[in-house]
Amino acid sequence: MLTKKVKINETVHDFDENLTIIQACELSGIQIPRFCYHERLSIAGNCRMCLVEVVGGPPKPTASCAMQLKDLRPGPNGEPPQVLTNSEMVENARKGVMEFLLINHPLDCPICDQGGECDLQDQAMSFGLGESRYTEDKRTVEDYDLGPLVATHMTRCISCTRCVRFTTEVAGIDQMGQTGRGEDSEIVTYLSHTLDSELQGNIIDLCPVGALTSKPYAFTARPWELQKTDTIDVMDGIGCNIRVDSKGNRVMRITPRENHLVNEEWISDKSRFVWDGVRVQRLDTPLKKVEGNFMPTSWEDALSIASKRMENGNTTFVAGDLVNVEALYTASKLSEHLGSAKILGDLDTTCPLKGRSFYVGNGKIEDLDHSKNIFLLGTNPRKEASVVNARIRKAWINGADVYRLGIQENLTYDVKELGVSLFDLQIFFDKMGSKKSFWTNTIFLVGYSFLSSKVAGTALNTIRAYVERFDLKFLVLHQNASAVGSLDLGFEANVKVKQELFKETKTIYNLGCDTLEVDQGNFVIYQGSHGDRGAGSADLILPSACYLEEDGIFVNTEGRMQYARKAIQPPGEAKENWKILRALAEKLGYVPNWLDLNGLRNALFDELPLISKPGEIIEVPWKAVEKQKKLSSKIPLPGYVKNYYLSNSICRASKTMGSLARARNSLNLKKAS
Amino acid sequence: MLKEKDKIFPNIYGFQDRSLKGVMSRGGWVDTKAIIARGPDNIIKTIQESGLRGRGGAGFPTGLKWSFMPKSADKPKYLVINADESEPGTCKDREILRHEPHSLLEGCLLAGIAMGCSAAYIYIRGEYVREREQLEVAIAEAYGKGFIGKNACKTGIAFDVYSHHGAGAYICGEETALLESLEGKKGMPRMKPPFPAGSGLYGCPTTVNNVESIAVVPTILKRGSSWFSGLGRKNNHGTKLFTVSGHVNNPCVVEEEMSISLRDLIDKHCGGVTGGWDNLKAVIPGGASVPLIPKSVCDDAIMDFDWLKEQRSGLGTAAVIVMDQSTDIIKAIWRLSKFYKHESCGQCTPCREGTGWMMRIMERLVKGHATVDEIDMLIEITKQVEGHTICALGDAAAWPIQGLIRHFRGEVEDRIMTYSSKKAIQAAE
Amino acid sequence: MLRRLSVNQPKEFSFSKTNLKWAKAQLKKYPKGRQASAVIPLLWKAQEQEGWVSKPAIEFVANFLDMPEIRVLEVATFYFMFHLKPTGSKAHFQVCGTTPCMLRGSESLIDVCKARINGKQNSLSADGSMSWEEVECLGGCANAPLVQIGSDYFEDLDKESFEKLISDIEIDEPPIPGSRIGRFSSEPLNMTKKYSRKKSSRENASIERYRG
Repeated sequence: MLTKKVKINETVHDFDENLTIIQACELSGIQIPRFCYHERLSIAGNCRMCLVEVVGGPPKPTASCAMQLKDLRPGPNGEPPQVLTNSEMVENARKGVMEFLLINHPLDCPICDQGGECDLQDQAMSFGLGESRYTEDKRTVEDYDLGPLVATHMTRCISCTRCVRFTTEVAGIDQMGQTGRGEDSEIVTYLSHTLDSELQGNIIDLCPVGALTSKPYAFTARPWELQKTDTIDVMDGIGCNIRVDSKGNRVMRITPRENHLVNEEWISDKSRFVWDGVRVQRLDTPLKKVEGNFMPTSWEDALSIASKRMENGNTTFVAGDLVNVEALYTASKLSEHLGSAKILGDLDTTCPLKGRSFYVGNGKIEDLDHSKNIFLLGTNPRKEASVVNARIRKAWINGADVYRLGIQENLTYDVKELGVSLFDLQIFFDKMGSKKSFWTNTIFLVGYSFLSSKVAGTALNTIRAYVERFDLKFLVLHQNASAVGSLDLGFEANVKVKQELFKETKTIYNLGCDTLEVDQGNFVIYQGSHGDRGAGSADLILPSACYLEEDGIFVNTEGRMQYARKAIQPPGEAKENWKILRALAEKLGYVPNWLDLNGLRNALFDELPLISKPGEIIEVPWKAVEKQKKLSSKIPLPGYVKNYYLSNSICRASKTMGSLARARNSLNLKKAS
Repeated sequence: MLKEKDKIFPNIYGFQDRSLKGVMSRGGWVDTKAIIARGPDNIIKTIQESGLRGRGGAGFPTGLKWSFMPKSADKPKYLVINADESEPGTCKDREILRHEPHSLLEGCLLAGIAMGCSAAYIYIRGEYVREREQLEVAIAEAYGKGFIGKNACKTGIAFDVYSHHGAGAYICGEETALLESLEGKKGMPRMKPPFPAGSGLYGCPTTVNNVESIAVVPTILKRGSSWFSGLGRKNNHGTKLFTVSGHVNNPCVVEEEMSISLRDLIDKHCGGVTGGWDNLKAVIPGGASVPLIPKSVCDDAIMDFDWLKEQRSGLGTAAVIVMDQSTDIIKAIWRLSKFYKHESCGQCTPCREGTGWMMRIMERLVKGHATVDEIDMLIEITKQVEGHTICALGDAAAWPIQGLIRHFRGEVEDRIMTYSSKKAIQAAE
Repeated sequence: MLRRLSVNQPKEFSFSKTNLKWAKAQLKKYPKGRQASAVIPLLWKAQEQEGWVSKPAIEFVANFLDMPEIRVLEVATFYFMFHLKPTGSKAHFQVCGTTPCMLRGSESLIDVCKARINGKQNSLSADGSMSWEEVECLGGCANAPLVQIGSDYFEDLDKESFEKLISDIEIDEPPIPGSRIGRFSSEPLNMTKKYSRKKSSRENASIERYRG
């Protein structure tokens, strides 16, 4: 990195010479107004709002988003080049650009959902003329249908092309563009097709005006009346950082927060629009089954029924996909007390997952940025971790090669197919195994399809052996928010062990697992938030808070611990998960030495220091590969079919997700025909 | 007047034998191999010494531009010929393309080899269909004779020339928009830096030159730089193709010496201004993008880059649009505003929004349906477009209006007064 | 002007055999992987074949060049020479209206178009045989005013000669392109008078191409 001295206004700083002026200004604490510029998109330079003066340069202002510091020339006596961000030239230029942007922009702020968080509004206030001189007719533009998520009001569009660049570059779908030219140019999708992307909601955030707004959120709230809670998403294993906006006790919308290590600043449509599922299908009172029918009952009664059943022993705790670590920890402690088993419901594998060296790996999401080879082994990241998929695409754009074993679907980038079976992988390894130079900067992403192979243990060992030999990275892409936390707490995922356990089990304590198939003979206690499959097959229901309704810890697929925070109250009688379990524990004679969440967490961190640092991944010692066998299985990797938009109980309750699932089905049918 | 022997384009009108034999009899493709043998540095030096300034409008020294091309050869290098002649008032390149195509092709080879290019793309405006066909015939002839191709002029150097065309977009005459268009995209100008010499066509080093700039190269190299620099005033050398249109008795394209007086140009070649020199009102001396000059300036006008620049106008493409006293000059400029509004690519804000706004105000000024304040507002708007856009189209849209107001403000104000008094009378009746 | 695809679209499009061969040859002009460069020439060929650029043609070209359809649509709508709906079956008159032509009477030509073809540009005449539009500078300013029909320029027009041009086309008598006042190309008129057409070239190169 070469540094360069640049004077911004009156202060000289040292900068990386590859920075643009706008980035350098930002680093030195000077905010430059902009519309088209976005850190994570290509540079368009079309809005002209970020113009600054370069002293000694051409007698006209320069677009600061596009000009790199290395292209600035020093002064006549070798002085550092100077950039002015507040000169008369700059202020005048900003006024002019603002005026041009506004002349054809409708004055419909009072009915615009962007009002109150509109870049155009804000910057007009800061940099605009204050009055309109435009007396000609204003332009109007036709709207088009982008599907159930994004509403269009194209008259408001200022043609910054952020949406076009996002969909093309990040989401990887070539469907949006700008047709026509001049003042009649229009931002459109090809013949008004709806967008085929799991990330389309991000264009709502990117749109600096009210041209693209959220359909489900339309006309329901103003930004200034929303309570904002920073929390974590649980729709997949990434742990995307989100902000939940609520009004009263209702979640009105979900938007991403920036975290370069995890989700950059994108979230999937599922994370963004699932909130209507939080409101409906809720379990809001304890229910017991009386003669085949659920009857409401009191907490006192429900807990005594549960404790009576569990006192008899032979209880198995089953962890679901959306449970926070506090609940898992309490359940875990209780199971120790009862001498009962605990299993992970949503992952079946033959792999012995004996520590993070097996079930997490040594890779991080950000490693993808610098990878030369990315191996997708039995995973479809577009569906299983949409945001990670965008990151793989970014690496691919920057020159990485993507290899794939198993599931063959369009991922928005080119892949080199290795085949479908582990034997195909072995062939590749035999060919490339000795080529050391090939393997530098390689990362393996291992998915559930890979882990659920009959010989997954051997296969994972082979991968780990390569990781060890060439100092590579591997990362297990978990599909569920609670997977790593459960595994950290010793919940069992081995399918054979689970089968053995169930033989002995009389009572199943189901913590929100909706994929569990149970025999008629077992008594099932379901603790969860939604009346879904799991609740349907239960004998006793203990209603609990969902992820937006309680503070909790989630460990993401990289082993990164993050705090989720309570945004709204759980409905009715529903209680926080750990509280229910603690109350039950007391009834069963186990009294933890903590009373509140803080106490719980201190105890948890003492026991499991691995997850004690918020936002961080604590590195664990690598467990060396013990033995290695050749992969000979020619059986194709099992499919891991999940209906993307309907993958958990909250999604299944969401109307928006339902309509997306239907739209996707009809699109698939159209493609098939 | 330019002597016949000093003309670079003896067959510009196509009167003479246009076959390759005819071309060679006039000196085309003669000694090409020997010139190449002088070496790239020598060629570039000769062009620099000749004082040739780009004929596409900006007047940037051609040899200097060539010297910006990187010497290293890790990527292919390209020469791109800008034959997207669309500046209103200009039709000189059309004559080269259809009647002197071999001078262009020979120039491509010489310039291309001098810069280490592997190929030249000639981007012709879509409307010039017949001209493109004619050029393609010439390209085929040149390949047939081995002048270009794998072993161009038996020098052992491979050099290809391809014709390519647009489909109706003035903006593609801007060099980076042209490159975008040539890559199969919308003709939206790129931001500079990076300049094409660093990253141009397909991300490779590229030089974009006007047709005329390249077509004069063979003759300069054959006759020597001092011959070329002996013509015209200091810093404004050589011969130039002028297009004279509008209110003259005989509009035409004509090759003349640089720095010819406007009056000579019009009187000697175009049969004078209609109704005589004193019937002249104003002249746009360099194509639509440059501000007009009123008759008082025209009287002494010297047609070269520097003199016209001093008058706050420009030589541009040397497209002289003559307007006599019968001209509604406000309307003439409004029509140019309409042109720029039509041709704005829509990429950046000031031009996309500003060209339409300026046109609409101009539309009202033609009728007089405006207030005098709005003249100043219009000037302010032109200043807000000028210099704030990615490419120079914004400037080009602003300058004609600025020129109009600078020289004919009185007429614009009169129009407004007449309109408002007429309205007042109508209202009273 | 808004540029949208026509509401009425044909079912399909494909290049004729000759055009397909031509299109494949075009790709050789550009480096490997840069075939998108040929998009304008290919769309233009499609327009030559069909008279206008239809949705199936856009999709055909997109497929042929391995480009996303939206990128081809962007190109088709950006460049104004692409007609996005059918034009007159006999002729589509593109009247240059920019200042140099306006100064020499292009407005009277537009009046003729309005009177004889359709009051609105880009609309068909009653029998569907003709249409017209006002275009921006055609680059023939020394022969202003001028009109382009298909590939050819008709120059040095005035109201009368333009009326005759339309009449000739009406009765299927294809007019020879070029100057209507006898000029050879863009020379000053007095030079034309001195020039003998029998010498070496009878016509300028554009007309030579027209004659094939």
